[in-house]
Amino acid sequence: MSVVPAPALISGDAEAGPRRHPLSEPVPRHPARRSLGTYLGLTPFALYVILFLVIPTVLAVTTGFFTEDGSVTLDNIAGIFAPNVLSTFGSSFLVSAVTAVIGAVIGALVCYALLGTGAEGTLRSTIDSISSVLAQFGGVMLAFAFIATIGTQGLVTRFLADAFGIDLFASGPWLYQVPGLVVVYVYFQVPLMIITFMPALEGLRTTWAEANATLGGTRVTYWTRIAIPVLAPSFIGSLLLLFANAFSSYATAAALVSQGSPIVPLQIRGALVSETVLGRENMAGALAFGMIAVMIIVMWGYSVLQLRTSRWQK
Amino acid sequence: MRHFAGIAVIAAAAITLSACAASTPAASDVDATTATSADDFGGMDALIEAAKAEGQLNVIALPDNWANYGEIKALFEEKYGITVNSADPDISSAEEIAAADNLKGQDTAPDVFDLGTAVTLDSLNYFAPYQVANWDEIPAENKEETGLYVNDYTGSMSIGYDSNSVPKPTSLDDLLGSEYKGAVALNGDPTQAGAAFAAIGLVTVQQGGTLDDFTPGIEFFSELNKAGNFLPVNATGATIAAGETKVVFDWSYNNLSAAATVDGWEVTTLPGEVYTSFYNQAISKDAPHPAAARLWQEFIYSAEAQNLFIKGGAYPVTIQTLQDAGTVDTAALDTLGELKGDLVTPTPEQAEANAAILAEKWAAAIS
Repeated sequence: MSVVPAPALISGDAEAGPRRHPLSEPVPRHPARRSLGTYLGLTPFALYVILFLVIPTVLAVTTGFFTEDGSVTLDNIAGIFAPNVLSTFGSSFLVSAVTAVIGAVIGALVCYALLGTGAEGTLRSTIDSISSVLAQFGGVMLAFAFIATIGTQGLVTRFLADAFGIDLFASGPWLYQVPGLVVVYVYFQVPLMIITFMPALEGLRTTWAEANATLGGTRVTYWTRIAIPVLAPSFIGSLLLLFANAFSSYATAAALVSQGSPIVPLQIRGALVSETVLGRENMAGALAFGMIAVMIIVMWGYSVLQLRTSRWQK
Repeated sequence: MRHFAGIAVIAAAAITLSACAASTPAASDVDATTATSADDFGGMDALIEAAKAEGQLNVIALPDNWANYGEIKALFEEKYGITVNSADPDISSAEEIAAADNLKGQDTAPDVFDLGTAVTLDSLNYFAPYQVANWDEIPAENKEETGLYVNDYTGSMSIGYDSNSVPKPTSLDDLLGSEYKGAVALNGDPTQAGAAFAAIGLVTVQQGGTLDDFTPGIEFFSELNKAGNFLPVNATGATIAAGETKVVFDWSYNNLSAAATVDGWEVTTLPGEVYTSFYNQAISKDAPHPAAARLWQEFIYSAEAQNLFIKGGAYPVTIQTLQDAGTVDTAALDTLGELKGDLVTPTPEQAEANAAILAEKWAAAIS
């Protein structure tokens, strides 16, 4: 379950995290040679990204601008704005935003709680390891784990019904619809937040709290004037990573939701594989283009916020 | 974007692999890729010999429990000593054609297709024409005249139900009752899967509508959803066995296949219109094993394989000839029951119009 935009975002996070004191950075003696080496070292990765991400994405997206016969058309792009397709963009955005916020808030609280434990302690390293695993525990496995536990015939569902007379599905089969996606996505969003946000929180220096106290600051001023401004860029960066993670998530939804294709990745599947509604293969390219457009807007919003928040750090 | 990554891998694989594609030389001096009948090989024995020399057959989207394909594939292997490579049993008809595109020129490309009608008519340039030895036994309306594609079997749209937990439905209105809460499922999304599409068609005609417009069927499922009775889970053998999907609209052969393995699973059809739809057999023009593909086609229309369809709950296209000639598996046909009543099947134009209607209305109806 790899998230493609992650490398860029994670490197963004690292950059956005608490800065080291400028003097602690070694000054490069041969700036020119160093940068050449950097570029050489980057070449394999850059080639990999171009071959396996950029070219296929461009190829896939450009199909959206052509008809099956190969003539240029804007019909597929216009198709995005059909009410039934547009509403799936709404659902996709909503599911991603809601699970990103829930995941970020819960994850940040867990990180804060973990700060109270020893940095090298068993508890923190255990939770760190578990989070690393669970953040990648998505897709078909996760969907079936939920179906087996809280599906209509799930273990927990049956137990609650038999022992307490509680019907989890009194309001309808929500697990197999958009609300179900929220519940299931939060399962991998929280651990992802823990592993991406913990390093930033660990970067908070006790000396800053001491300096704050020495200068007569209170606990409140420490959080409002120091910790939150310092953490804000990485928090928002992590939030964006969570959003992208949910927005592009396909396999989990595909295994769980089988009717109505309520989110965009499922619409893309439908356009590609449907045996009843034919001739929409190129619509998939347009839908992908739409997803990229949404991500660009969100990233733009992120960079605006980043600019504002990093002002505090100067 | 996980999805793009997937496409990227497939595209890259296709680019890499197509570079090292090699054509399989024909075993005999006959060009099997252009043979349109066994006579072109010099008779059935020569065809069998050529197919045996190839030794392999690639089939795609043929689940073992779908219309008895498990037994059919096994019998073909046993009879001719040819290995049947069964790829991606659970994919859709559209994906079969996509696979033919992506794997073109490789020895893993599909040799033969089993396709729904809409995809068949949309993909004629993928097929090689071929007429089986008993071509005349297939009714004219069930075959393309050059043999590009031929109907192979049909089911009737049926309702399977778990008799241990729900009562037998005797009308569509029954299904709106509280005893079917969260129980009624389809085999797929009708905007994607032929079986679910057919279920909406059956409900439409049962509700007094026509095959020109599936709206009454969509409205029924909308009502079913409002009553809390529609379960948006893809019905499969596994969900039926787990008791997750208690009432399932599906082809008779799929429901009968579940009945054979799941205790209490029973199959019923509603009085009135019977909705049928043939699947189509076709040979890929890019088949890596062209002789084996043609032998498979001959085998599928032989009395042996056609009777295995009956055993699997499907009605084969040559059933009339089998009955007339007395070669039909009477025990199997007695179990299945004859296909009778007011049979309805949408024309390709009707199917296309209804696909557009479903694309527009289905998601809203069940949300």
